[in-house]
Amino acid sequence: MNLWNKLMCHSRRCSPWIFHMNSGSCNGCDIELVASLTPRYDAEQLGVRLEGSPRHADILCITGPVTRNAVGAIQTVYGQVCGPKAVVAIGSCPATTNVFIDSRTLDGPLAKHIPVDVFVPGCPPRPDAIIQGIAKAAEILADRAAKRLPVESVMVPLAEPNCACECAQPCKSAPTAAASKANP
Amino acid sequence: MNLITALARFLIFPGLLFAIPAAWFFLWVERKAVALMQGRVGPPFMQPFFDFIKLLGKTTPPRTGIAGLLMRLWPLLAVSAAAGAVGLLPVLPSSGGFEGDLILLLALLELPSMCIIAAGFSSRSIFGEIGSAREAVLSVSYNVVFLLAIVSIAASQHTFRLEALAHLPASPLQILGVVAILFCLPAKLHLNPFSLPNAEQEIYSGPMTEYAGPELAMWELSHGLEWVAATGLVATLAAPHFTTWWLAALVFIAISFGVVLLLSIVASATARLQIDTTVRFYWQCTLIFAVLAISSALFMRFRS
Repeated sequence: MNLWNKLMCHSRRCSPWIFHMNSGSCNGCDIELVASLTPRYDAEQLGVRLEGSPRHADILCITGPVTRNAVGAIQTVYGQVCGPKAVVAIGSCPATTNVFIDSRTLDGPLAKHIPVDVFVPGCPPRPDAIIQGIAKAAEILADRAAKRLPVESVMVPLAEPNCACECAQPCKSAPTAAASKANP
Repeated sequence: MNLITALARFLIFPGLLFAIPAAWFFLWVERKAVALMQGRVGPPFMQPFFDFIKLLGKTTPPRTGIAGLLMRLWPLLAVSAAAGAVGLLPVLPSSGGFEGDLILLLALLELPSMCIIAAGFSSRSIFGEIGSAREAVLSVSYNVVFLLAIVSIAASQHTFRLEALAHLPASPLQILGVVAILFCLPAKLHLNPFSLPNAEQEIYSGPMTEYAGPELAMWELSHGLEWVAATGLVATLAAPHFTTWWLAALVFIAISFGVVLLLSIVASATARLQIDTTVRFYWQCTLIFAVLAISSALFMRFRS
C-alpha cells in the first residue's frame, strides 16, 4: 500500500460522518444517538459529525424495527450515501425486530434489505456502545475500501456486544440473535 | 508589482502554501472553540485535514448535462476566488500591489458567496434553493455595511490601494470601520447568529445538500480560505505597520487567530436568528456604524 492509500485509509478511520435514520423506532435509540454527541460522551473526539444530508455521510445509522413504509425510504437513503459506506444498526429492533416480532406492519429485520456492518444491541444501547459501534464501522469501511472488497462480503456484528461499558446492562438474548442472523 | 512577486504572493505567502494549512487550522480552531465553550473536548488537531482527504476519496453521484457541469464548476470557482483573495492581502511590507486592488479583493471575497447561491439553485434541491435564497437575502443586507465600512476607510485616504490602507496610522475612523467589518463577518462566514444559509437543523446543509465527495471537499476548503481571507482583511486593516517582514507576518497571523477565536466564541454563545431579524439587524442597527464611518470619511476628506 503506498503512502496516499495509507493516508486515505487513516483519514477514513478518523473522520466518520454519520447520517441518522429512523425506520419506525420508539425514539429511545434516537435519543441515545444524540446523547453520544453531547458533552458527556463527545463523539466529536473521534471525528464523528452528524450530517444533515446522506450525500455527505460515510456511515448510515439506522434505528427502529423497519416498518413497511420505511423500506423504500431506507433503500433510497442507502443509495444516496456515496461510497465507501457502512451501515450501523442501532438497538435491538433493526437486528431482530425485538418485541415487535411477527407484527404485520413490519418488514424487518434490517439485514433483509441492506447489508449491515455493525449491530449495536440494546434496548436502547448506551451512548458509549453506539460510539464504539461507529468507530468499528469506520474501521470496517476503511479496510474494505483499501482492499476494494464488495460491500456485501463483510458482515461483521459487534464482537463483544456489552464490552463497551461495564455498567451497561443490555438484554442478553438480543445480541446473540443478531449475531446469528447476520452471520449464519 | 512584477510577475515574480505576484506569483510568490499567490503561491507562497500569504497565498496557497500558507493559506491552505491556515484554512484547516482555522476550521479546527472554530470547532475546538465551540467544543470548549460547550464543555467538550472537541476534535483532534488534524481533523479538518482528515475530513478533506477522506472527502477526496469518496465517490460522487453521476451528474449529467449542463447542470451537472455547473455543479462541478461552482466549488472550483469558489476555491480559486477565495485563494486569490488571500493572495492579494498586503501582509509583507513593500509587497507591491497596484492601484485598485482593494476593489479586486472585495470582488473575490464576494465570489464564493455568489457561487454558493448559484450552486444551491443549480442543485434543484428544495433545501438548496431555500438556502440559496437565504444566502442571497443575507448577502444583500450585510454587504451594504461591509462595503460602506471599507469604502469609508479608502475614501479618507484617497486611494483604493490596499498597501496604503494597511499602513494607515490608527484613527477613530479606522477603528469604526474595523468594528463594522467585524459585525459583518459572522454573516459572511455563515456563523451563528447568522448561520441561516446552512442552518442544519432546519434545511439540512442548505446549498450543499446535494454535494458529495471531492466537490464537498472543495466547498470545505473554500470556506476555510474565506476564513483566512476575511480575518486577514481585518488583520491588515487593524495591524500596526512593521518594516521587518517576519514581525509583520507574525502580527498578521496573531490578529487573524484572535479574530477567529472571537467569532467562534460569539458563534457558540448565540443561537440562530430568524431571517427577518437578521435583515433588520443589518439594515437598522449596524448601518449606523457604516453611516458614521462614511460621514466621518467625507468630513476628513473635505478638511484635508
